[in-house]
Amino acid sequence: MGLFSSCSCGRHDSQADHDNEERVVEEAVLRAVVRRDLLSRIGRSAALAAVSAFFPLGAAKEAFAQGGGKLEKHKLKVGFIPITCATPIIMAHPMGFYAKHGLDVEVVKTAGWAVIRDKTLNKEYDAAHMLSPMPLAITLGAGATAAPYTMPAVENINGQAITLAIKHKDKRDPKTWKGFKFAVPFDYSMHNYLLRYYVAEHGLDPDRDIQIRAVPPPEMVANLRADNIDGFLAPDPVNQRAVYDGVGFIHTLSKEIWDGHPCCAFAASKEFVTTMPNTYRALLKSILDATAYARKSENRKEIAAAIAPANYLNQPVTVVEQVLTGTFADGLGNVRKVPDRIDFDPFPWHSFAVWILTQMKRWGQIKGDVDYQKVAREVFLATDATRLMAEVGLTPPKSTYKSFSVMGRAFDPMKPKEYVDSFAIKRA
Amino acid sequence: MRSRLLAGTLSLLLLGILVGAWHLATLPKGAVAAADSEYAKLVGAQAAVGSKSAFPSPADLGQKLLEHVRDPFYDRGPNDKGIGVQLAYSILRVLLGFSLAALVAIPVGFLIGMSPLVYRALDPFIQVLKPISPLAWMPLALFTLKDSNVSAVFVIFVCSIWPMLINTAFGVASVRREWLNVARTLEVSPVRKAFMVILPAAAPTIMTGMRISVGIAWLVIVAAEMLVGGTGIGYFVWNEWNNLSIANILSGILAIGLVGMALDFFFSRLQKAVTYAE
Repeated sequence: MGLFSSCSCGRHDSQADHDNEERVVEEAVLRAVVRRDLLSRIGRSAALAAVSAFFPLGAAKEAFAQGGGKLEKHKLKVGFIPITCATPIIMAHPMGFYAKHGLDVEVVKTAGWAVIRDKTLNKEYDAAHMLSPMPLAITLGAGATAAPYTMPAVENINGQAITLAIKHKDKRDPKTWKGFKFAVPFDYSMHNYLLRYYVAEHGLDPDRDIQIRAVPPPEMVANLRADNIDGFLAPDPVNQRAVYDGVGFIHTLSKEIWDGHPCCAFAASKEFVTTMPNTYRALLKSILDATAYARKSENRKEIAAAIAPANYLNQPVTVVEQVLTGTFADGLGNVRKVPDRIDFDPFPWHSFAVWILTQMKRWGQIKGDVDYQKVAREVFLATDATRLMAEVGLTPPKSTYKSFSVMGRAFDPMKPKEYVDSFAIKRA
Repeated sequence: MRSRLLAGTLSLLLLGILVGAWHLATLPKGAVAAADSEYAKLVGAQAAVGSKSAFPSPADLGQKLLEHVRDPFYDRGPNDKGIGVQLAYSILRVLLGFSLAALVAIPVGFLIGMSPLVYRALDPFIQVLKPISPLAWMPLALFTLKDSNVSAVFVIFVCSIWPMLINTAFGVASVRREWLNVARTLEVSPVRKAFMVILPAAAPTIMTGMRISVGIAWLVIVAAEMLVGGTGIGYFVWNEWNNLSIANILSGILAIGLVGMALDFFFSRLQKAVTYAE
């Protein structure tokens, strides 16, 4: 970009070059959003006009023009926990998405959330798979030393479930769960908040009427089998594995509690993001690219086969396949078909962060006043996601806030305090 | 000779009974009416007939063991390495932590054993630190050392230092007075006295300490690796637990036992080599 450049944006040598690049971006976007047969039927310019109505084409062209500079580091280590939430992070390795963006990434299986947190904090990992509340908690210093953390992308939405031991197959009403022992993956997890929310909506106090303990996902089935716990709200493939082994049944999918909830996230320290911007961008782009691929249901079988081996999830392929395709055995003899049992949508909605913060506040994990919007903005890096999502053919939303409802109760991200106050069962 | 043969036969017989009982206990039960075939395809064989997945039979374990023995050193990426590679990682960590501990424990043990003053000064620390489970150090180590490998080695270091320290001190302190007096009358220099008189005299006790230490270190490394993961036989067991593959876990357990036995055998040989008859 020079002083004397002669196109309308100032980055190209000539207006022709400028137009050319714009056209490439438009084409890419069109191809990603509009089905081919439709394109040929309605014509390119009509389709483009239609797409521009809901897709920030301008922003996409802008982002493309900035491009990527030289990578500061191309050998990276990314930690993951062996669950299907990590699908984009894991599959990007065997399916070559990291390599495509010039990175040599080693994906390292890690034993638990506390370990993944510590290994990321002490820089053994450049970035890691985390639960989406974790970067918020780390930034606030709840349950960790406060370190500025960022969450550039959500990995998956939905994809969790409440699984109960087979012996409870007649206790489908949560009101009968008094005295149950439940496992969740971590204190700072969507699982914990969703389970608390679910039982609280049914009139049980999650701290007094039931017991909730943190158990790393891989150990949950073994514990359920040993009757140490009555059930869990866990990520997959744990739920499906419990069914596969005949120890549990799927009581409810998490999408039936809150359809479209975020779960796991791709997280990195603020330091990594600021000192290695190009590497960070390439890494994020690989993951977004993988996410875009994972969104398409026709690719799910292939992905299941790629991530099931011992090097990654270490699970029977059929278990992973049932999770990803949504055609699954429920443990009670029925085959259910829920294609969006798990889905992949990388956009880190600020409203998600605000909701998570309200639950942290509700259950007393954070004390004092919280500037919900400010923390959300600092940790959930929506701007980068917006820019890079467009480049890989996804459709980023225009706003970073949306309202949604959880079990029929509406949530307004602009009124977090009122939301917390509206609950009858709370610790705050 | 005869009694040895008899003992061997008895051992084999016990093994036979154990495996036989195991085999009988894991025989497949008569199949109950299976669920519909579409459902059955999606779940494990046992779940399809309405029961929990079963414990592996001796034959299953044998097959797994054969797989591991056939290809113990494969490397299919950072999270999938052969059992031999994992064992090598664990042994390396144990030897590293153990050697570091020996480097510290034996000189300090000497000091404590030779000087009652130092003994009394250090005793409270030793008494407090000794009973702490080495794994309790793990979170602290991860936090301060900022490296999981170094932390694992540190944990081994911490757990193997105490038996060596205490045994060395004890061995040194209980060297017979007469020998020290003889050295004194011959005006032997302190260094020479330490190496020529005290060390050989205390060596059997020191070796006992080392043997105990290496045993503990081998016990602890498995737990430590299960905690931090990455590599090692402990991680292998953890990873197979995650996969609920009991046959693989059993293979791991067997391997842990064999290596532990080998380490102990090695140190018992050393111990024998330095033992003397009075």
